[in-house]
Amino acid sequence: MNRQLVLRVIAKLMIPFILIFALYVQFHGDFGPGGGFQAGVALAAGVIFYALIFGLARTRRAVPDSLLDGMIAGGVLLYGGVGVAGMLLGGNFLDYFVLDADTVIGQHRGIFWVEAGVGITVSSVMLRIFYLFADRANLTESERDHPEGER
Amino acid sequence: MSFAQSVSANLPALQVVLPLLAAPLVLLLRSARAAFALTLVVSFACLAIAIALWQQVDASGPIFYAMGSWAPPWGIGYYVDKLAAFMLVLVSLTAAVAVPYSRASLAREIPADSHTLFYVMFLLCLSGLLGIVITGDAFNLFVFLEVSSLSTYVLIAFGRDRRALVASYQYLIMGSIGATFIVVGVGLLYLMTGTLNLVDMAERLADVRSSRPVLAALAFLTVGISLKLALFPLHQWLPNAYTYAPSVVTAFLAATATKVSVYVLIRFYFSVFGESLVFHKLPLPEIMLWLSLLAMFAANFVAIFQNNLKRLFAYSSVAQIGYITLGLSFDSVNGLTASIVHLFNHGIAKGAIFLLIGGIVLGIAKPGAVAPAPTFDRLAGLAKRMPLTCFGIVLAGLSLIGVPGTAGFVTKWYLILAAMERGQWWLVGAILLSSLLAVAYVWRFVETAYFRAPPADAENPAQLRNEAPLSMLVPAWLLIAATFWFGLDTSLTIGTALEVAQQLVRGQ
Repeated sequence: MNRQLVLRVIAKLMIPFILIFALYVQFHGDFGPGGGFQAGVALAAGVIFYALIFGLARTRRAVPDSLLDGMIAGGVLLYGGVGVAGMLLGGNFLDYFVLDADTVIGQHRGIFWVEAGVGITVSSVMLRIFYLFADRANLTESERDHPEGER
Repeated sequence: MSFAQSVSANLPALQVVLPLLAAPLVLLLRSARAAFALTLVVSFACLAIAIALWQQVDASGPIFYAMGSWAPPWGIGYYVDKLAAFMLVLVSLTAAVAVPYSRASLAREIPADSHTLFYVMFLLCLSGLLGIVITGDAFNLFVFLEVSSLSTYVLIAFGRDRRALVASYQYLIMGSIGATFIVVGVGLLYLMTGTLNLVDMAERLADVRSSRPVLAALAFLTVGISLKLALFPLHQWLPNAYTYAPSVVTAFLAATATKVSVYVLIRFYFSVFGESLVFHKLPLPEIMLWLSLLAMFAANFVAIFQNNLKRLFAYSSVAQIGYITLGLSFDSVNGLTASIVHLFNHGIAKGAIFLLIGGIVLGIAKPGAVAPAPTFDRLAGLAKRMPLTCFGIVLAGLSLIGVPGTAGFVTKWYLILAAMERGQWWLVGAILLSSLLAVAYVWRFVETAYFRAPPADAENPAQLRNEAPLSMLVPAWLLIAATFWFGLDTSLTIGTALEVAQQLVRGQ
């Protein structure tokens, strides 16, 4: 669909707003509807939109697989890291109260980073799944080259 | 608070968090060797934590741990009592045995580029199983059940045989149906009690115990968990999953996954719903008794005629689960003791067998080729080439039969005691008769491996010693030694099971 001028222009117009909106949902999650999961989906949707218009190859150059793998693991580690930080500061696992002298700020800080971890992992998992499906044509060819053992 | 104190206070969380966080770390490492090393360290650390928790519980009673310092029943609480600690030791022990074994086995069974992913999934599965055991929250239990199940589907699909994919898919469908039933049951309980904390739930259920939604919840949970533990008519996913999964996965799952599901069933029956509802007001014990008997006979009988050794012992697992649920259905201290102790006794014996079969699979493979299925025609005369492996399977098979001196005998002894208490002598006969079926399939292996002439094909000269590597033999033989140790010295296993059973049966 690369040659469709209208699509390309509209996509270029809209994608930044989608991404900004994802960040809004992410950071406003503490106060209103939203949070890491929804933000992650919105962020991934922005990139998938880009892939639909400009093709998988260009998207993969912009958002490479290695980055996604790092994000998938990194998000979980960030989430778990908040929990471990609670333990190191003398509380229980995922204890936000000890993250700051003021427990309310501590709660804020805890949920902020936890939601950041969720957002990172969800967006990257969504994209990874999209890549896997979009890439299926190539995958079957490579499988044909290296046939699995059949008995 | 010093670091040591802080670690000791956070042991319940660390038990689950350690493998859970090690999984993404392994993914980042991207090197099979480093992944193996980290998984090895984590699995041994998990075993150490489980043993430490066991000692804490033994010394000072049940441990309660509030996640995020939110007091129960609002927050998620981890709850470790004798039974939970027992299961934690079983699961982490199996992991600690399986991981050192995995390296040599995986090298031949899984493409090198997926080794890292394998260890990621293994760690997730481990943390899911440990989480199911340790959590005191009904919904958290469901989440961990899904964590362990989803990773199990992937682990099974790693099998080289293409049918592994179908087996994994079959398990995915059945497992998802089971999980759905469980979540519906938990939802109904939440509806009636307004709490997800299992202890709190049990207290609040006292008023509404016989109401229809609670009965529906009991039915949903029973069917859902029975699917996960492969109770006889719901066992269809198990033989294929065990047969086509990589050897180390089969051994790990056979010793842990179904056992943890039985633990969940015991928890819900005795701690949440209460004995009086489950066993006295409903015909559940009768149903469970007959299903267990069917499992013991039908699955054992089917096992005798299997051509694939792995599938044979998979069916044997279904039968052995029958013994466990049989003990449950008695609703007596001795019956429950038999069930609880068989979780452990069967776990170690079957774990050893599947580990050794993994060695056979490598032993009968042509150099450089993909390992073939361990079918009986390939096993002829194998004892000459792999004496330690074959002898190990025979010894662990003795425990499946229940020969005195093995751990399997201890279980059957208590089962028979429980049957005699109720004056059901025909059940004693049934238990002994089903053991004879186990003799038949173990004998079939003995006959093929020891007395049949090896196949004539020249590629594997019959005289050649072709034993599995030590890294695979030692873990398996450790489990076999444990099978005999716990057959002779039952103070640890029976002692615990008896204590737990007395608490659970008397508790209501």
